Amino acid sequence: MSDSLPLAEVAGRDETASWYEATARERIAGLLDAASFVEFVPPTARETSPHLHLFDLPVAFDDGMIVGAGRLQGGCVLVAAQEGRFMGGTFGEIAGAKLVGLLRAARETGGGCAVLLLLDSGGVRLQEANAGEIAVSEIIGAILDARAAGVAVVALIGGRAGTFGGAGLISACCSHVVVSEQARISVTGPEVIETNKGVEEFDSRDRALVWRITGGRTRVLLGIADRIVSDRIECFREAALQGVRQAPAFGLATLVAEQRRLEQRLRTLGECRDTPEIWRAMGIDEPGDVADLGDEAFAAVVAGQGTRHDAR
Amino acid sequence: MTLDELLPALFPSGHDVRPGPHDTVAGTARLAGGGEARVLGIAGGVPLGIESALELAGGVLALAAHPGRTPLVLLVDTASQRMARRDELLGLNEYLAHLAKSLHLAAGAGHRTVSILYGPAAAGAFIATALATQAMVAVPGASPSVMDLPSIARVTKLELETLQRMAETTPIFAPGIEALTRTGAVSQSWTEPSLFAAQLQELLEQPATKGDDRGRLGAERGGRRVSARVAGLVLAQARSQASS
Repeated sequence: MSDSLPLAEVAGRDETASWYEATARERIAGLLDAASFVEFVPPTARETSPHLHLFDLPVAFDDGMIVGAGRLQGGCVLVAAQEGRFMGGTFGEIAGAKLVGLLRAARETGGGCAVLLLLDSGGVRLQEANAGEIAVSEIIGAILDARAAGVAVVALIGGRAGTFGGAGLISACCSHVVVSEQARISVTGPEVIETNKGVEEFDSRDRALVWRITGGRTRVLLGIADRIVSDRIECFREAALQGVRQAPAFGLATLVAEQRRLEQRLRTLGECRDTPEIWRAMGIDEPGDVADLGDEAFAAVVAGQGTRHDAR
Repeated sequence: MTLDELLPALFPSGHDVRPGPHDTVAGTARLAGGGEARVLGIAGGVPLGIESALELAGGVLALAAHPGRTPLVLLVDTASQRMARRDELLGLNEYLAHLAKSLHLAAGAGHRTVSILYGPAAAGAFIATALATQAMVAVPGASPSVMDLPSIARVTKLELETLQRMAETTPIFAPGIEALTRTGAVSQSWTEPSLFAAQLQELLEQPATKGDDRGRLGAERGGRRVSARVAGLVLAQARSQASS
């Protein structure tokens, strides 16, 4: 496999395209070496949700989850991409099972193939809530088994649907997490918090607030993500290449370090309720401006913070 | 069941399980077969937040630090994850995942992990606790769910009555022990407290299943019919691709 192919000439491949705007298939095509992707259980297999018809909802031939193998700068990678435009990229029975199968295959490679998870998901698909919930738990177990066998598992996050619910937990189980500014990571979505706890707890229509709390910049400054890149497929590709080489081992030392890391965050920032307080606590000048910085200036702030860690 | 009813039923030979910080409990217990178990739990039906998840994970890691065969019994009476802007801001996803990871690590280090669900557990809190152990046992009072039906009705824009009617024909979305047993999440349901100690001993004496067998259980019980097959298809195609 050569990386010097004239990539832009390959149909459907545009490295400079926005990750946020791209479909799951466009992300895969732009991320991997040209024409290297082989899909498993492809749409022609017609493995569609056996449950959505109960709700009079249309199915997708890939159930919104595309899995397969390909090459990244010549190296073997197993890839899963969620299509956020189908049912919010949710985990249903088929979508979840496809990812479970891929991760079990990754474990068997013993580190020979890294895994790239292109998460774009509202979490569990409520129409298939039990199947989706168990799938998330199976996926977490399979990621940890693969990591224990030496496999790097890199999450790439910056799609429309965000990374909510079970997808948020899955991201935190990966060995490396890459986000763009557009990424959102949390467990309960802002709308659900507002519905349950009131608008004074979380005003989900305040977009700036939502991004301050859940967005990529906050996530990388707190160490919840490891790397922030610009919203271009080529930037995610470069970060994926770095990420597969920086996989912390899954074991006691890593989790003890993670325990300390999370304890320290709670100790130092536990009283904060919004980001300006956090930036002040972290000693960042002019905290109000973090959201207004350009990508490069923000990257310099991140570099100055030393939040990089291998404790996940 | 209340914790005060559950503990003597599980551990009639004695235990020193006491309340800890942030609605957690911790201690050791003597098993019917004579061995010891480490006991951790969340009590009171409260949401799982960053403090309680971290407290539990610390207890799990203290056990995992010593490879061995001491079983870990996780008592679960929680709710959903805590719904608060502050917990989300601080990375609740990492705290919940850290607890699930710690439980997985303890199992990998040789400790059998069993959750006893005696109250509610929902959504991310369910994934981080009861669903993260090798076996899940439901006892009276267990109320597992992904999301309550009124909330599912809101999201799916269906009438609650319609959903309730649908839930009678499929276990795929409805809350409760039966649906989560049929889909493979709940390993066993125990109903008679006087038998709990013996049932726990029997469960712990069974060899641990190799890997995650919830796909097989869901298929056998008919509640999650296609998951195991599709996961197997992907695995087979990946193997075939790797050898080509």
